[in-house]
Amino acid sequence: MTTASEPAADPAAVPHYPMERAAGCPFDPPPGLRERQRKGPLTRVRLWDGSTHWLVTRYADQRAVMSDPRVSADVRRPGFPNVAPLPPDGASGLSFVTMDDPEHRRLRRMVTAPFAIRRVRAMRPAIQEIVDGLIDDMLAGPKPTDLVEAFALPVPSLVICRLLGVPYDDHDFFQANSKTLIRRSIAPERRAEARRALLDYLDGLMADKLARPGDDLLSGLGERVKAGELTRTEAARMGVLLLVAGHETTANMIALGTLALLRHPDQLALLRESDDPALVESAVEELLRYLTITHVGRRRIALADLEIGGQVIRAGEGIVLPNDIANRDPDAFPEPDRLDLRRGDARRHVAFGFGVHQCLGQPLARIELQVVYGILYRRVPTLALAADLEDIPFKHDGAVYGVYELPVTW
Amino acid sequence: MKIIVDRDKCVGSGQCVMTAEGVFDQSEEDGIVELLDPEPPAEAAADVRLAASLCPAMAIRIEDAAQ
Ligand code: HEM
Repeated sequence: MTTASEPAADPAAVPHYPMERAAGCPFDPPPGLRERQRKGPLTRVRLWDGSTHWLVTRYADQRAVMSDPRVSADVRRPGFPNVAPLPPDGASGLSFVTMDDPEHRRLRRMVTAPFAIRRVRAMRPAIQEIVDGLIDDMLAGPKPTDLVEAFALPVPSLVICRLLGVPYDDHDFFQANSKTLIRRSIAPERRAEARRALLDYLDGLMADKLARPGDDLLSGLGERVKAGELTRTEAARMGVLLLVAGHETTANMIALGTLALLRHPDQLALLRESDDPALVESAVEELLRYLTITHVGRRRIALADLEIGGQVIRAGEGIVLPNDIANRDPDAFPEPDRLDLRRGDARRHVAFGFGVHQCLGQPLARIELQVVYGILYRRVPTLALAADLEDIPFKHDGAVYGVYELPVTW
Repeated sequence: MKIIVDRDKCVGSGQCVMTAEGVFDQSEEDGIVELLDPEPPAEAAADVRLAASLCPAMAIRIEDAAQ
């Protein structure tokens, strides 16, 4: 076993992270990550502030690190590999996603039941109705249209609003602020303002829920505030996390997934010509794997020495885990760069992360995507791109990858 | 095959319910795993093993009678 803590021979040779995708390959992870994956289990990368950290690229190694209780997700620890400056107010990220157990567990468990498989399945008819209605409206409207505005964003926004008990009429406000919050290229002060605005908004909503509880998730949190299990601020922070995580991610999967399918017409044809729920389910998993939209990767810091691939990561060292390249690891997925909706075992992907922070909303995201991919291309069989691929604005600077706009016609 | 689940470790991701529905469920109250069948029939073995390998919290342990 060699110790991996030796400094790299040539500091200039340590590549920057996040890396850039290749021109003309908007669906593939950066070539630099592929190169690193071939090189070895652990290599070094440099972040915006000049700090260097371990890069873990292989599927098995990423699962091992992410499920190890000796790593922390707390972005405030000195040496944590943050991909952008932390907001100046020093406040942490959003609620439990950047906390460690036991605090993480305490808070996550308060909102786990509403995302349980059976609870989420019961929402399917309501989701189907939302999706059908938005397709009706889009078809009745002008064309070409922007699929992001007309469809991809409203679907998950309407669903998460209903689940949380947030008025959808406020969507311009919270969508704009969510977008700012997760855009890396925006100054930290402005991102902090956006977060503050969302926190104030959720805090106001919590006040309403405490006074007039309804049958929704935020009212459930209100009950816990009344019982003294949770402070109102903690509840508002959780509300922001759920609201932002609940619509930005799924919206990007809908728009980017549609673009990927339009560029792979043989695969699109499978969905258009089938009403087999098993095919739709495997299509969702394969698109999650293939696109892995959370492209800035998981980040952790070691709390103790860890052995990975025969090398040692020392306590206090930062670890960067880009899930997109792990989902293209040829040792985990044969022919990983092929989009194959009938791939049998795509579900093993790490697009939702792994370990105790694995996506809480995944059952909901899955059902939303199953409903969307299962009906959109059947109801709009002539759906086509209304712009050149070169003119589509990709979210290279987003915490979540996708497209800012997707002009389509039919 | 004998299954042991660790409710303290479970994070309620739902992977096991999606994979082996007759064997695992989630509690109505907190979304945490509930073991419906600790000694499932041989036909369920492959699904149970997959569920254990997909569990992000390593909360499912399998003991094989044969070993
Ligand atoms: C396709 C859509 C989605 C993708 C790709 C996605 C991806 C992810 C990933 C990779 C993580 C892990 C973060 C980490 O390990 O640091 C995560 C966590 C999380 N996601 Fe999602 N997500 C999606 C949809 C949703 C939805 C619809 C919700 C619903 C509210 C949601 C809520 C959350 C929450 C609350 C966490 C934090 C879990 C924790 O820290 O314990 N996500 N998601």
